[in-house]
Amino acid sequence: MDNNLTKIYNRSLKGPLIFFVVIMLLPFIFQSNNYILSTFIMIGFYSLVTTGLTLLIGYAGQISLGHAAFYGIGAYTSAYFTATLQMPSWIGILVGAIIASLVSLIIGIPVFKLKGHYLALATLGFGVIIFTFFKEWKTITGGLNGFFGIPPLSLFGISFSTDFQFYFLIWIFVFLGIFFARNIVQSRVGRALMSIHGSEIASEAIGININKYKLQIFVLSAVYASIAGSLYAHYVTFINPQLFEMMTSIYFLIMVVIGGIGNIWGGLIGAAIYVFLGELLKDIVPKIIPNASGEFEIVFFGVLLVVILIYMPNGISKAIFHFIKRITSNFKNKPVSAFSKKSTGSDIHD
Amino acid sequence: MTEETLLKVENLSKSFGGVNAVENVSFEVKKGEIVAVIGPNGAGKTTLFNLVTGVIPATSGKITFKGVSIIGKRPYQIASLGMTRTFQNLQVFNNMTVIENVMTGSHIRLKTGILSSGLRLPNVYKEEKEVMQKALQCLEQVGIADLAFERAETLPYGNQRLLEIARAVAAEPSFILLDEPMAGLNPQESRNLVNVLKNMRKQGMTFLFVEHDMETVMSIADKIVVLDYGKKIAEGTPEEISSNPKVIAAYLGEEEAI
Amino acid sequence: MELTSQFIQLIFSGLTIGSIYALIAIGFVIIYNITGLLNLAQGDFAMLGALTCISFVNMGFPLIIAIAVSVVIVTIIGGLFERLAIYPARNSSTATLLIITIGAAFVFRGISILIWGTQPLALRPFSGNQNINFLDATIQPQSLWAIGISLLSLAVLYYFFNKTYLGKAVTACVVNRFAARLMGISPQKMSFWAVSISAGLGALAGIVIAPISGASYDMGIMIGLKAFIAAVIGGLSNAPAAIAGAFLIGILESFTEGYLSSGYKDAISFTLLLIVLFFMPNGLFSKVSGKRV
Repeated sequence: MDNNLTKIYNRSLKGPLIFFVVIMLLPFIFQSNNYILSTFIMIGFYSLVTTGLTLLIGYAGQISLGHAAFYGIGAYTSAYFTATLQMPSWIGILVGAIIASLVSLIIGIPVFKLKGHYLALATLGFGVIIFTFFKEWKTITGGLNGFFGIPPLSLFGISFSTDFQFYFLIWIFVFLGIFFARNIVQSRVGRALMSIHGSEIASEAIGININKYKLQIFVLSAVYASIAGSLYAHYVTFINPQLFEMMTSIYFLIMVVIGGIGNIWGGLIGAAIYVFLGELLKDIVPKIIPNASGEFEIVFFGVLLVVILIYMPNGISKAIFHFIKRITSNFKNKPVSAFSKKSTGSDIHD
Repeated sequence: MTEETLLKVENLSKSFGGVNAVENVSFEVKKGEIVAVIGPNGAGKTTLFNLVTGVIPATSGKITFKGVSIIGKRPYQIASLGMTRTFQNLQVFNNMTVIENVMTGSHIRLKTGILSSGLRLPNVYKEEKEVMQKALQCLEQVGIADLAFERAETLPYGNQRLLEIARAVAAEPSFILLDEPMAGLNPQESRNLVNVLKNMRKQGMTFLFVEHDMETVMSIADKIVVLDYGKKIAEGTPEEISSNPKVIAAYLGEEEAI
Repeated sequence: MELTSQFIQLIFSGLTIGSIYALIAIGFVIIYNITGLLNLAQGDFAMLGALTCISFVNMGFPLIIAIAVSVVIVTIIGGLFERLAIYPARNSSTATLLIITIGAAFVFRGISILIWGTQPLALRPFSGNQNINFLDATIQPQSLWAIGISLLSLAVLYYFFNKTYLGKAVTACVVNRFAARLMGISPQKMSFWAVSISAGLGALAGIVIAPISGASYDMGIMIGLKAFIAAVIGGLSNAPAAIAGAFLIGILESFTEGYLSSGYKDAISFTLLLIVLFFMPNGLFSKVSGKRV
């Protein structure tokens, strides 16, 4: 009876470990190619944010259009504590996470009394208000001129100043983040979150305090975003308010939707598709339409978003995991009975 | 059977914009009893359920469960006192498998929080194994253990009803409310469900249920409460109710109207 | 004396932008009540209208023709958007539909970058640049056009929904979907027309404001959101309250700009939105109107 749990939860660390090793080997292949390294580093920042958001949107079913604010809170707090106050990096990261969790708690209490459209709009409005703080609180943030001279990250006496070094750091954070989130999903808490998405009334009727869980997961996702923001600030060493605008929140949402709800790897997959597709389009489109400028690539993301929501409402990651399952089961030459296919296929929580 | 009172409803009223959906209703449910609430359509049965489980607030009156007043408590607080329910319009968690639905039902019996689960502490795995075992038992109790790893939404209607009952049982409640458990079931499924409920009663479970199907009501209820236009018009054993002229009038009146 | 003239000037610019918000807010109300959809691409119809009109004017078409053709084109775009993006997903959750409209907004913005680029374009005022003096305040004639056209459109809409057969049918659909079906009114057709008409209204709003604020691919985001705030604080199901909300937001913004700093105007509008959402979920004027559909 012991192995019954594996029929619903894939707790095995094998897949993630293989993936981790591959990711950790990549920089040795592309050591001299800063473009590839920096592209992967960007995917890392976004993955950290979207993994937290996947818990909120994909599992608990609560939309947020304001997460760029928490990303920005992390970035500005780290910038202020390390550049202005000359404190160690870890203090900036920690204080950023604390501020983000306090802010998300304060805003979350009234916000989660709202549903659907109004929830989306309230989080969006909150994002605009925080953006205004970044823009107008010039003594701390430098306003629209931006915040210059953020020192490179240094932790445990190691300085992460090159892309090569930073790559390892961000991806270790990403994997820890996914590991933590995956464990949550495969537990009582994960089921409570999914039950809120499934039916709020039924989940309250079996004793789940839905407001508490919505709030907890909102705070957790804010902390993920804040840590990603802190690391980002140290990586780019210069930040300005536009980086944390409403559009950034919407991009995060797009990544989560593309990657897929209800799968903990969805955030990472969505972030990767978003970054690669964006780079690809910036490369190809100007060859076809020579005078294309600005963020024309949003046309494609717009179309992708609409098409996915209409035809693949569970996102791309479900399809990818089906594919991997098929390949690995063919590889092992395992006879696939109708029953085992059903119970180990689409429903398992990876 | 002890004579301990589990649920006590006193002078309960609820009005929606001046219309009284439930008016001055009082009744009691004793431990180990199966009590049925019947009445013509629109008599206020589901409203009564929603009041007792805290989904909507009462306009006036008292509800005590195990001697504790539950007026003003949130549904999840009432559930953790040991009262769970099923729904007339099925509220199965479609985004999960059958077994996960039932495991979710054990929520209040478990302790794992965000931190302990996220860090994968050893006791979490132990708890998970236990809750899964428990969920399988609950599914066996209602007879759908073989469907444990199917997606809940793929189950036929009748099995989804059984699933909701298994989920309600998983919380180890002392009292379950069933809102029209027989609706949409074929005769075979109904008989099966009646047996399930009878077995559970033998093990000491108390039920309050709303039902249209008179045959079921007469065969398993110890006591029947009859509502009409939000008021209680009769209360008694199935024999007493079936010969009560007021009840007959209320039902005949409805049939004439149809 | 200078205080009063500044005051009057701010009131006028508030009414001007408010009238633009009102036109778009009405679009929100129409769509929301007929389909339950919250269309975040609404502001982008204004952008498309303004830029299309500028192109036609630059091609040498008379202004009035350019306006009419642009409104028609955007109305058709609205209809296409409804059929291609909304209709196939009509059974999805509200959140999914909301995100679909964000996707559509991206498409509109991206296309306009490809056609018109990222630089703002200008449209000449409808009737010259000669400012009007009113109690020592200088008022652009375009402001009067904006307020006038928007009031006229609202009057036409009022007539349409309350006096014509088709309009009454739409209203019936809002009040009672089932009854509407019995009368042979298809909600899906209504959804199509609602989105199309709202797109046309949005285009008109964009064209009217273009001579004052210019037109660029990203102008729709904030205009749309502000109009949405107006509709929400007025109570989404109540058209007159939404219009009042639009003028309130317009004036609030113009006063924030005049007396505080333009940097705060978005935050102040959104703060008002949050206050209304948290404390008065039926809208600012729900007690006054006392009506909920």
